[in-house]
Amino acid sequence: MLQSILTAIAAIGIIGLLFGVALSIASKVFAVKTDPKIEEVRGVLPGANCGACGYAGCDQYAEAVAKGDALITLCTVGGQKVINDLSVVMCVEAEETTRQVARVLCRGTFEKTEKEYAYTGIKTCTAVNAMYNGDSSCSFGCLGLGDCVNACEYNAINISEGVAFIVEQNCVACKKCVAACPKNIIVMVPVTARVTVACRNTDLGKKVMDACKVGCIACKKCEKACQFDAIKVNNGLAVIDYDKCTNCEDCVKVCPTKTINIFVQ
Amino acid sequence: MRQILFVILGTILVENFVLTKFLGICPFLGVSKKMDSALGMSGAVVFVMTFASAVTWVVNEYVLVKFGLEYLQTIAFILVIASLVQFVELILKRFIKPLYNSLGIYLPLITTNCAVLGVALLNIQNSFSFGMAVLYGFSAGLSFMFALILFSGIREKLETCNVAKSFKGLPIALVTAAFIALSFMGFQGMFAF
Repeated sequence: MLQSILTAIAAIGIIGLLFGVALSIASKVFAVKTDPKIEEVRGVLPGANCGACGYAGCDQYAEAVAKGDALITLCTVGGQKVINDLSVVMCVEAEETTRQVARVLCRGTFEKTEKEYAYTGIKTCTAVNAMYNGDSSCSFGCLGLGDCVNACEYNAINISEGVAFIVEQNCVACKKCVAACPKNIIVMVPVTARVTVACRNTDLGKKVMDACKVGCIACKKCEKACQFDAIKVNNGLAVIDYDKCTNCEDCVKVCPTKTINIFVQ
Repeated sequence: MRQILFVILGTILVENFVLTKFLGICPFLGVSKKMDSALGMSGAVVFVMTFASAVTWVVNEYVLVKFGLEYLQTIAFILVIASLVQFVELILKRFIKPLYNSLGIYLPLITTNCAVLGVALLNIQNSFSFGMAVLYGFSAGLSFMFALILFSGIREKLETCNVAKSFKGLPIALVTAAFIALSFMGFQGMFAF
């Protein structure tokens, strides 16, 4: 009994050892010279492999940075710290960037919207969206089944009362939720932007009111109230230009449906 | 000579590893989007399968059978295949960097490509001689290559087709794969080796 166990271990062990030695010799013989800078850059990057920079992963981004093909500001996960570190490694000047966060442009909670039908299928937004644009009375709003929550690797999204909201201190701006949302209601905004038009409904007036109690009815009151020309109603929907917005809250005060609000955590 | 031809043709058409035995489906679907990477991948698989057949045959005959350890076949063969794949990876990284990049994760995944382990185990099950095992491994690789080339050729054409929205991407690819597999049933029983 013991002998057969020992022969098995010895046989497999020796085969493994032989291959191991052969491979380590081969790796020396066929070694590829890589730029030591790539390793250095890779060491600075957070290693989240989220792809927010536009490259397949941190390794590929590090390669591009080391070659000088990519900007050092693309890593959203690392934020300013990584930019500063990269600027040291690459000997270029660090730029100041504003941190971006994701924001869900919908407040159509259960009490604000109604269900058109009882959905009992697969519990993903993509699936319910395939059925007549979802079960909510507003066909633009959050479906609340959490495709974004599943896509988020940082626990930065929660669902409450059928609407997703972002926990901003956890958000690293990897944009995975933006891609995951079948309704395209998650957008990236600068973290300094507090005033939000929390609606994506491009319908007008009564049609919006019927669908949701906090929808944008495109009344243009906000556009008139804004002193900085920062909010524009376009295609039935108010949109804020955050380069001009000063968070003065004039538009919040005049919005009749309370669609425009201050984003608080 | 006639025998060799029979083995090669028989493995490619009658007993195709992907389309009849349904082994190695993962890379068949994963790497078949572009003809270039399909060719590279199947080249690597042909190499790994041929050498894996040779090495596993030797390991089986002179180590496992000799010490009565046939029950360790799977793990011993996986060990051989994993090492070979590592070796192929080293060579590709050194000599054909663009191919190495385009294969990406699928290259190390040859390790778990069941077609490779399948051919090693079938060699033993059919009690092939050494030469026959190597030939069978080689033609199994060719059969994988054949299936992959067929499939990626069609998929490249599908890219430009106006496919119904619900069938876009993977669904239509799976339907296509099913049709190819069905049409390969026509070769069934034509000749055996």
